[in-house]
Amino acid sequence: MLANYGYKDASGDYFITIDTDRCDGCNNCVGACPANVFVVVDEDPNDPLRDEPVAMVVAEKKKKLKYECNPCKPTSNRPALPCVESCKAGAISHSW
Amino acid sequence: MAEEKKQEFWRWTESNWKDPDMDWRDARFITVGIDVGSVSSQSTIMADGQVFAYANMRTGSDSPDSASNALNYALEATDLPADRMDYCIGTGYGRVNVPFADRSITEIACHARGANFIYGPAVRTVLDVGGQDIKAIQCDGKGKVTNFLMNDKCAAGTGRGMEVFADLLGVSITEVGDRSFEVKEEPAAVSSTCVVYAKSEATGLLRKGWSTEEVLAAYCRAMAERIYSLVERIGVTPEFAITGGMAKNRGVIDRLMPLIGLECMKTKWDTQIAGAAGAALFGYALCQKGKGRKK
Repeated sequence: MLANYGYKDASGDYFITIDTDRCDGCNNCVGACPANVFVVVDEDPNDPLRDEPVAMVVAEKKKKLKYECNPCKPTSNRPALPCVESCKAGAISHSW
Repeated sequence: MAEEKKQEFWRWTESNWKDPDMDWRDARFITVGIDVGSVSSQSTIMADGQVFAYANMRTGSDSPDSASNALNYALEATDLPADRMDYCIGTGYGRVNVPFADRSITEIACHARGANFIYGPAVRTVLDVGGQDIKAIQCDGKGKVTNFLMNDKCAAGTGRGMEVFADLLGVSITEVGDRSFEVKEEPAAVSSTCVVYAKSEATGLLRKGWSTEEVLAAYCRAMAERIYSLVERIGVTPEFAITGGMAKNRGVIDRLMPLIGLECMKTKWDTQIAGAAGAALFGYALCQKGKGRKK
């Protein structure tokens, strides 16, 4: 499942997509994100019949991703995003 | 003192329904889904995975009360004793506030499952336009979510926005759809879908001499475009179905479908019960697996 967390407002689209079929709940993203955007839960709340740990975006951060992720996204010389780098399974992507 | 006259154009009718041909005594499992949304609350009672009764009400200021009201309203239509229920699942925005629920499941999962039930297994893209959020969901033939997006930060293009507009223009919410097509020429969309700004823009248009119908048409178009921009993000695969209260507003839907380029699926069921129906189906699945309530 592609889980798109975030929002769209007049200033743009701000979504973090987690491919839950690739995510193995390893916790790397949780440690890598300086803004603590990620959390690993024992059961995917959007897929209740599957009992595997999976990463998701913390509920309180979901509506302010533009600002939470801002420090990792300078306008020039942008380094690789720590969350995307840390995910060996390649399950995380950003829409902006 | 002048007499106070109060009219609420946004009020839609509450309803309850029971399948007259079904007897709950024949059923092995009675499961209940309660969907407490930001604007409306639904309860669906299922007997072995088939809808036995449902109710559709407005959510009050107290979520636990709204949940039990919705359930009692559905029970009212039946002779089912309240303690006969095998499993109850809460869903929706207020899902953690259903005190008598055995567990809660997100509305994303429930809406996909519910749409699979009320529209049939051919549905692949579900658009739920709720009271204060929009969900675009892709699912497989079993109603399992494969891709989803929920915008609950901004109420633009949602049911509550339409209620505000109905009230502003003094048009009953159920007539908005038809009235919005009573225009000689389709006007351009209002430039802002933000409920607050769109309201002030509409006031400006009325002052410029636009008719009520033209303003409705312009707002319905803006909502359709806003909804389309969200659906576009996850992509549309046929068949396409719409759940939630907005599915009943042809002013928005008939403007949205040409943008998407598909036909919208039809159903005999009330589109607002999709979430509650999905929750009841999850309850049924859990009971069948022996994961029901510990007795």
